[in-house]
Amino acid sequence: MNQIAAILIDGIIYSSWLFVIAVGLTLIYGVMKILNVAHGSLYALGAYAATAFGGYWIAQGHPPLGSYGMLVVAAVAVGLTAGPLIERGLLRLVYGKEEVVLVLVTYAVFLILEDLTKLAFGVDPLSIPQPYGLLGSIEVGDLIYPTYSLVVVLLSVVVGIGLAMTLNRTRHGKILQAVIHDREMAAATGINVSRVYLVTFTIGTALAALGGALTAPTISVQPGIAAEVIVLAFAVVVIGGLGSLGGAALGAVIVGMVRAWAVHKWPEVELFSVYAVMAAVLVMRPKGLFAVPEARKI
Amino acid sequence: MSVILEARRLNKSFGAVTAAADISVGVQRDSVVGLIGSNGAGKTTFLNMVTGYLAPTSGSIHYGDRDITGMAPREITRLGICRSFQIPQLFDNLSVRENLRVGVGIAARCARAGGHTPGEAGEIDTFIERFNLGGYRDQLAGLLPEGVRKLLDIAMAVAGHPNLLLLDEPTSGVSADEKFRLMDMVMGALKAQGVTVLFVEHDMEIVARYTQRILAFYEGRIIADGEAQAVLRDADVRRHVIGEELHPGRAEAAGG
Amino acid sequence: MPRDRTTRILLGALLVLLGAGPFLPKWAMFMLNVSLSWGTVVLGMMLLMRTGLVSFGQGLYYCLGAYAAGVSYAKLGIGDIAVMLLASTAVTVAVSAVLGLLLAKYRDIFFAMLSLAFSMILFGLLVKTSELGSTDGFGLSVASVAGVPLAEGWDRYAVFASAVVVAFGAALGMQRYLDSHTGRLAGAIRDNELRVEYMGASVRRVIHLNYVISAVLAGLGGGLVGITIGHVDPEMAFWTTSGEFVFIAILSGTGNVLAPFLGATIFETVRSFAYEYSPNTWQLVLGITMLLVIVFLPGGLWSVFTRRRTP
Repeated sequence: MNQIAAILIDGIIYSSWLFVIAVGLTLIYGVMKILNVAHGSLYALGAYAATAFGGYWIAQGHPPLGSYGMLVVAAVAVGLTAGPLIERGLLRLVYGKEEVVLVLVTYAVFLILEDLTKLAFGVDPLSIPQPYGLLGSIEVGDLIYPTYSLVVVLLSVVVGIGLAMTLNRTRHGKILQAVIHDREMAAATGINVSRVYLVTFTIGTALAALGGALTAPTISVQPGIAAEVIVLAFAVVVIGGLGSLGGAALGAVIVGMVRAWAVHKWPEVELFSVYAVMAAVLVMRPKGLFAVPEARKI
Repeated sequence: MSVILEARRLNKSFGAVTAAADISVGVQRDSVVGLIGSNGAGKTTFLNMVTGYLAPTSGSIHYGDRDITGMAPREITRLGICRSFQIPQLFDNLSVRENLRVGVGIAARCARAGGHTPGEAGEIDTFIERFNLGGYRDQLAGLLPEGVRKLLDIAMAVAGHPNLLLLDEPTSGVSADEKFRLMDMVMGALKAQGVTVLFVEHDMEIVARYTQRILAFYEGRIIADGEAQAVLRDADVRRHVIGEELHPGRAEAAGG
Repeated sequence: MPRDRTTRILLGALLVLLGAGPFLPKWAMFMLNVSLSWGTVVLGMMLLMRTGLVSFGQGLYYCLGAYAAGVSYAKLGIGDIAVMLLASTAVTVAVSAVLGLLLAKYRDIFFAMLSLAFSMILFGLLVKTSELGSTDGFGLSVASVAGVPLAEGWDRYAVFASAVVVAFGAALGMQRYLDSHTGRLAGAIRDNELRVEYMGASVRRVIHLNYVISAVLAGLGGGLVGITIGHVDPEMAFWTTSGEFVFIAILSGTGNVLAPFLGATIFETVRSFAYEYSPNTWQLVLGITMLLVIVFLPGGLWSVFTRRRTP
């Protein structure tokens, strides 16, 4: 009984983390039809930025709780700088090329950012343990969890609901949906698709960075985290269906639960379980579970 | 005269849309049949069902004495049914010659697998000549003028040595003065082989000139079936397909 | 004397390399081994790209080939190069024949993602398999080739010669294949699958065949690298390895069977020197080069990426 609870809670925590990381990726794909390999690099940048900002905040003697706010600030900072830079500076040049070519472009960006990050932040592992342990821990029966994890879960829910409401209730959201469904038609009705792309990519970048920022206090931030995360994000997004917000949530839950189960019950397959699920889903539903339907153009 | 193709009570619906309703028709060997009807009337749906692109909701299709309902396009082609497309389906990055080379190569190997008559060496050049593609021999298919693309598309279909040839709007997208030249060429090329031809057309002059029999479609049904001139004069066909003429005198001239 | 230039170049290269082999310095021989092996892998990718597919998971077969050679040594006590490479071939044929049935149904991003998934599955499996050394992998060495024991000091040349012969055979074979009817179908499928089916040929069958061929080439490359380095590890199946193969494939273009080897040599050379002088910027260089090629040299890319499928 205890083990089931442990698996469930671990699953929820991991799923929340995965959701925040993956949702930006699926958003960018949905709107711009680009599978952004550099998403992992932006996650890493967010982690590094969080370490830098958070570390600075605490070093300046400000109240440690504020360092949580710094995490978000770091994410937004990365989003607002890296996002437009990449979108305007590079992606503009290659819009219209085939999907696979765009993936390769973002793969090149990933390579470039790997080294730029190393140059900016060095190769030594960095860490910012402070905000993590700050809130102490909570007990669920016999199990003890850091309260920080609860923060992550709550934040992911906020992000999810916020995005869903923005997409469905606001005018901007409707515009985004229009572009997702048919870019040409959206442009024909006067929507500034170019600006939508910029905004979407910036938001997606900020979300990736947020994922990294939230993770920063729990790991040692070092080169290589980008490469590990990107494949996880791919798995989540592909399982859920590229471009689907609900799909990202479902994919995150599935991957999170499977991994939690594997960690507890069958550790040997932990690493490959995620990809096995991804392969299994693709076999049954070639476009993922909630893929955005494409009209056939005859 | 035997029946080479027979459709029995074909139905096709996409959800609430009925694309084909109770279509039953038999096509005689070696005949030339025109399919007319406004957009959405069901002509292309019929073609698509015969060639395996779509499976009918109900009913059956027979080729000779064989039931080909729901068979894959590849298998149907191997039995001797070839088609051309409304939008030419070519290998854009290959030259005209290379396109035909692939086509003839596939057809030759199908023959070995038990299909129709095998191709001979030099066939590629024969087709290029017959369809007057000599001037475009080494040009990439993607860069050809539309009329030539259509010709090549039809040539590819003919390269499959079909017994039954289906042409989907062979002259659409072709300029008015080119239309007759194209059809003359195609029909001339086919005369050498005994081929049954069905083609979908919107241009009534073309249909009148080249077909012996016309099937008129409307809302998924065949509303007229008979000798070409008679069908073109049919009141229902006038109403739903050709359109009423404001000047009846001119209408007689066009139909005659 | 064969008539076409490519075959003549291949033959010439074969003779020159085999002849010059014994006189090459160690580092040169090593780099050539790796270049030829990677070139073989990319040759397989080239075939897939000509068929209109980009695989982000060739690392799966590259790694399988390497481990097949390694396991032959470590678990079966075999030290024969030829037998090891045969093992690589057998394993990759078996796995790709099965996986190919599934993968032949996918295109574009999903083909890329699914192939990536399978390579990561292998990675995960190997990392957790302690019998195979987990993340450390394990070592292997060779003592004979095709039954002939290697004399003292000739083992390195034997490995080199094997790489040269395999690369030559692969390139020549590929050239002949691409010139055959089935080989020509690859480009046709890339351009218009619908038309291929409507002429009566099976698209799936050709894609499956080409997938298996590319897998075998990747496996041979992996086996050769494993033998050259004397070591195999799970990193060979990590997606970034596959990414490097993709990069070389883009750089090389799909125009000629010599291209992958040229591209691999350039890549290997640049990487070795860049890594030595500035280990923190070689990926930067790679990324920028890739972008330049994509944006300014679509001539190398266009034949891969101007596909048209079902309308």
